[in-house]
Amino acid sequence: MINAEEGVFFLTGKDFTNAGAASSSLKGVLEKRGVPQDIIRRTAIAAFEAEMNVIIYAVAGMMKYRISNTEISVTIQDMGQGIPNIDLAMTEGYSTAPDYIREMGFGSGMGLPNIKKSTDHFVINSMVGEGTTLEFTIRLANGDKERA
Amino acid sequence: MNLQEIVNRLSLDVKTPGLDLNREVTGGYVSDLLSDVMGNSSGGNIWITLQIHLNIVAVASLKGLAGIILVNNRRPDEDTLKRAVAENIPVMTSALPTFELVGRLYALGLRCR
Repeated sequence: MINAEEGVFFLTGKDFTNAGAASSSLKGVLEKRGVPQDIIRRTAIAAFEAEMNVIIYAVAGMMKYRISNTEISVTIQDMGQGIPNIDLAMTEGYSTAPDYIREMGFGSGMGLPNIKKSTDHFVINSMVGEGTTLEFTIRLANGDKERA
Repeated sequence: MNLQEIVNRLSLDVKTPGLDLNREVTGGYVSDLLSDVMGNSSGGNIWITLQIHLNIVAVASLKGLAGIILVNNRRPDEDTLKRAVAENIPVMTSALPTFELVGRLYALGLRCR
């Protein structure tokens, strides 16, 4: 048994230079802990998509993680414009990204669906004009992916 | 298939000096959409794209990709190359357009997996 551990990374909106750094750091923590590769891969996908959403759409945010012996849970909270219609935002291909973001290959409307597909549990809450909070969990105890 | 062998066979121009190209390439993935690559490529894949900005390195690193090939002689940003060297992600360029390049990779036996 290894002790549970937790940490936090801060994210700055429009900081494309450091985009992905929080997800990379989280991946490093999981590797150091000896978490199975498949679980690391799924966590990295979900964390990166959530991190990029903060970089693209919000002013600032943070990524908090907690790793226990049974699961990895990650919360990404931002101060941003919020999402008026979450069902629409969850639709594959739907995006409100501006052209310059799309030209970089972001804003394809696959981010939130990717998070849902990669995780065992996923909740998103948003307040227009205030921000968005997104939480996901990936189980460690059972290595098999259990899709919702 | 080995990355060095692919570089030799397709005369790719390696832009990241000092990285060991002696690594296994499990297959290939083509996309210019970063979330598509995050969601659908597999670890060890070579990634073919026309995106040249810094964030492609983060995607390749997080997914454990074998390297990135830029098509149409696209010149990667200086920052992209610095980051790629730091993250151990080989970046190569080819004068070929995507269709031609991928056709040749396929002919070498590479598949999407």
